[in-house]
Amino acid sequence: MEYFLEIFLGGLTRGSIYALIALGYTMVYGIIQLINFAHGEIYMIGAFTALIVASVLTMLGLNTISILVLASIAAVIYASAYGFTVEKIAYKPLRHAPRLSALISAIGMSMFLSNYVLLAQTSDFLSFPNLIPELKFIEPYSHIIRSNEIAILVTTTAVMIVLTFIIKFTKMGKAMRATSQDREMAMLVGVDVNRVISVTFIIGSATAALGGVLIASHVGQINFYIGFIAGIKAFVAAVLGGIGSIPGAVLGSLILGWTESFATGYVSSDYEDVFAFIFLVLILIFKPSGILGRSESRAV
Amino acid sequence: MKTILKVKNLIMNFGGLRALDHLDIQVREEEIVALIGPNGAGKTTFFNCITGIFPPTGGEIILFPPKKKSKRANRLKPNKITEIGLARTFQNIRLFQNMTVLENVMIGRHCRMSSGIVGAIFRGKATVKEEEQVVEDSFKILKKIGLSEYVNEIAMNLPYGAQRRLEIARAMATEPFLLLLDEPAAGMNIQETKDLNELILRIRDEEKISILLIEHDMRVVMSLSDHIVVMDYGKKIAEGTTEEIKNNPVVIKAYLGEDIDA
Amino acid sequence: MNKLNEIKKSFLASLWFMFLTFPIMVIRVNTVQKEIEWRWQNMFFVGISVFFLSFAWRFLFRQMASGRKTIEAGGLDKISLMQQIMNEPKMYYPILFAFTLFAATFPFIFNIYQVNIMTTALMYVVLGLGLNIVVGLAGLLDLGYVAFYLVGAYSYALLNYHFGLSFWLALPIGAFIGALFGILLGFPVLRMRGDYLAIVTLGFGEIIRIIMENWNEFSFGPSGIANIPRPGFFGIEFSLQGSIIFMYFFMICLTLFTIFIVNRLRNSRIGRAWVALREDEVACQAMGIDRTKTKLTAFALGATWAGMVGVIFAAKTTFINPASFTVWESITILCIVVLGGMGSIIGVIFGAFILILLPEYLRAFSEYRMVTFGAVLVIMMVFRPQGIVPDIRHRFKHQGSMVLGGKTKK
Repeated sequence: MEYFLEIFLGGLTRGSIYALIALGYTMVYGIIQLINFAHGEIYMIGAFTALIVASVLTMLGLNTISILVLASIAAVIYASAYGFTVEKIAYKPLRHAPRLSALISAIGMSMFLSNYVLLAQTSDFLSFPNLIPELKFIEPYSHIIRSNEIAILVTTTAVMIVLTFIIKFTKMGKAMRATSQDREMAMLVGVDVNRVISVTFIIGSATAALGGVLIASHVGQINFYIGFIAGIKAFVAAVLGGIGSIPGAVLGSLILGWTESFATGYVSSDYEDVFAFIFLVLILIFKPSGILGRSESRAV
Repeated sequence: MKTILKVKNLIMNFGGLRALDHLDIQVREEEIVALIGPNGAGKTTFFNCITGIFPPTGGEIILFPPKKKSKRANRLKPNKITEIGLARTFQNIRLFQNMTVLENVMIGRHCRMSSGIVGAIFRGKATVKEEEQVVEDSFKILKKIGLSEYVNEIAMNLPYGAQRRLEIARAMATEPFLLLLDEPAAGMNIQETKDLNELILRIRDEEKISILLIEHDMRVVMSLSDHIVVMDYGKKIAEGTTEEIKNNPVVIKAYLGEDIDA
Repeated sequence: MNKLNEIKKSFLASLWFMFLTFPIMVIRVNTVQKEIEWRWQNMFFVGISVFFLSFAWRFLFRQMASGRKTIEAGGLDKISLMQQIMNEPKMYYPILFAFTLFAATFPFIFNIYQVNIMTTALMYVVLGLGLNIVVGLAGLLDLGYVAFYLVGAYSYALLNYHFGLSFWLALPIGAFIGALFGILLGFPVLRMRGDYLAIVTLGFGEIIRIIMENWNEFSFGPSGIANIPRPGFFGIEFSLQGSIIFMYFFMICLTLFTIFIVNRLRNSRIGRAWVALREDEVACQAMGIDRTKTKLTAFALGATWAGMVGVIFAAKTTFINPASFTVWESITILCIVVLGGMGSIIGVIFGAFILILLPEYLRAFSEYRMVTFGAVLVIMMVFRPQGIVPDIRHRFKHQGSMVLGGKTKK
């Protein structure tokens, strides 16, 4: 039973992280109908920024809590800045180009960013400091859940609530929904579409960066390649839930997290990464609109 | 006259929205039928259904190709329906933009050709002959439609009116017995519209192809149609000859005072 | 005034990128020794290069915008230099002759090392031409192309290991298995939209590699398969040097063969259907083209070449393991197609030579290879999506309603 619970919670944490990354995919897709292949790299850059800032602050002798806060803030700021810039360089000029062009540009951006970090930093795994303090009251249950995992669950929930609020109730949220419904129309009624797209990239990148900080301090090491795998998996989660739908992204992430957790816990860990792909192919064949997605009617 | 397209009780649902509601439409041999109605009445959806792009939720679509057995076309793929002999144009022009005008027409002949991979690689006598035949046929079609000056142009560089005509030429190349035209006169000036009118009549009279067209320009509709079907909210609200439709109060109401004679 | 504005823009861009690259480019942490390295000079380099690149970026942008306007106004697309050469036998034959002479004497002028690199470049030409069918002509973004390459390589290695199959037998078998896998991948992705297709093929490539890494009993896992024999020729066994030269000539022949076949496919009924599919899927079906069949033939005929080159790769290096078949390989081949010009045969040949030979000869830059490839993909898409040697559509001549030489143009 305890083994089951451990795996269950492991899946939940895993799923929460995927959800933080999947949000970015799904929001960007909702607005410009493009898979932002570079999104996984943004998450990776967020984690690297946090690591670098945390290391510098550790040398300066700050305490853990302030390091955690400052490193997270730096990660969020930098990831957002990268997300913003990537959109301006690689996607904005291609907004009216064929879809294939935009996709190739996205792939190129992803390759560029991961190799840029590889060159500027290192190809080795870097150990990531454990930034989240061990909480006293957790200790008796530490074989089942660690405070790291609690932090992940709490952060994810908080991000979801804030995001839902932004999209449902703010003016920007309304503009986002309008743009995703019909970009031309939104433009005609005075929505600054460029600004909406930029904000979408910034929000998506910021949540991905939070995910990056949390997973890095959970796993304890990072390298330039983490963005690629995590990016693909989060994408699978977004598609599973129904791309374009925010609750769908969360649901899809949790399902994927549990599937992987149970499959590696009870079957075999060699093929951990294969499950996600098999999942993806099956969904795309049988229910391409995902669990909560609207089925698209093609306009002719 | 023989019926060539019979649509019975056609229903199309998108989620909870009913886009087509028990639609009955018939087209007879060598007839020009116009489908009119306000925006969002479901006219293009109807085209998409009978050409196989959307599988209809319910109802019957039956095609009667000349000299062949009738076929039920409800669940057929678009390319199969084109093979049987239904060809269409698109409301928002969908040419193969980076191909030449001639190539666009040649694509239309695709389903009337047979050479495969082996033929393509070894280029045997049969393939060479077929290719030459296709080029010649395509030239002929372009000449008929009045596009021979543009043969080797890239399709997207054509003037707007010529692009619309090319859509028709491409559809003609598939050798249809029924041609579906989705707003062929949209965006055309008076002279272009007049030429188009003549072209459509010529297609019917010389090629013996029946035509079903969606059109908002009432001058085109009234001068061409043998029969008019009026749609609103996915339903057929009236049908008849031009005279009957002009004086039908239901139609006038649906158009909310729009002057249909204009 | 305008100039001042430009300088201001560049200056701001430069400031922004200095900020952006600050943590990654300037600070480097060594988490083992707990040391921090500050590389302030990088910040300076970033600032300077962005300042100038920003001018170039905006210049190219304006250039492109005005180019688009002339096309819209002029109507006629301009005929490129390449096409002029192709149309003029006086130009065309001497160039062809020079190329033949160069290719034939190459291994006797340059040393073995150069010959080996040239063979590799030719392999990438064939790979590029294969992927060009899928991406360039049919417009299906296949990011798992390396999977077919892997399948070909392992077919030869394993068939040889277990049954002692020779290279010459393995070559068509590898091609066939490649095509089979192409169809296998083609089926599930048939109805997917472009972006889903990209990620599923990407996943497919990774799955095949991961399986090869973990399924030790079948593939010998990460340690790979060694001692794969090089090809002989009608019973002749070559020395190492002889074999490299032989491989070179064999690759020349295969490249010519590929160009011949791909060119014929391109100008056929099927080739036109591929391009139509790329241009507009809905209209393509409405014109009576069977989407399923067309996509599957594209996948199968593209994968065939990868399977074949896979066999050659195994024979050339005599050792293979899954590490040679990562996603970077797929991206490299994609980059060849994109840089050269999607759909264009001559473009792909140029693309392969540029992208494979340049990093070899500029050794100092070879570590920047992947970063450059990524940038190339973005820049090409933004500024020149048609590639360096754009695909030229076939022109047909006619007089009246008679067709003269309708089949070929030269």
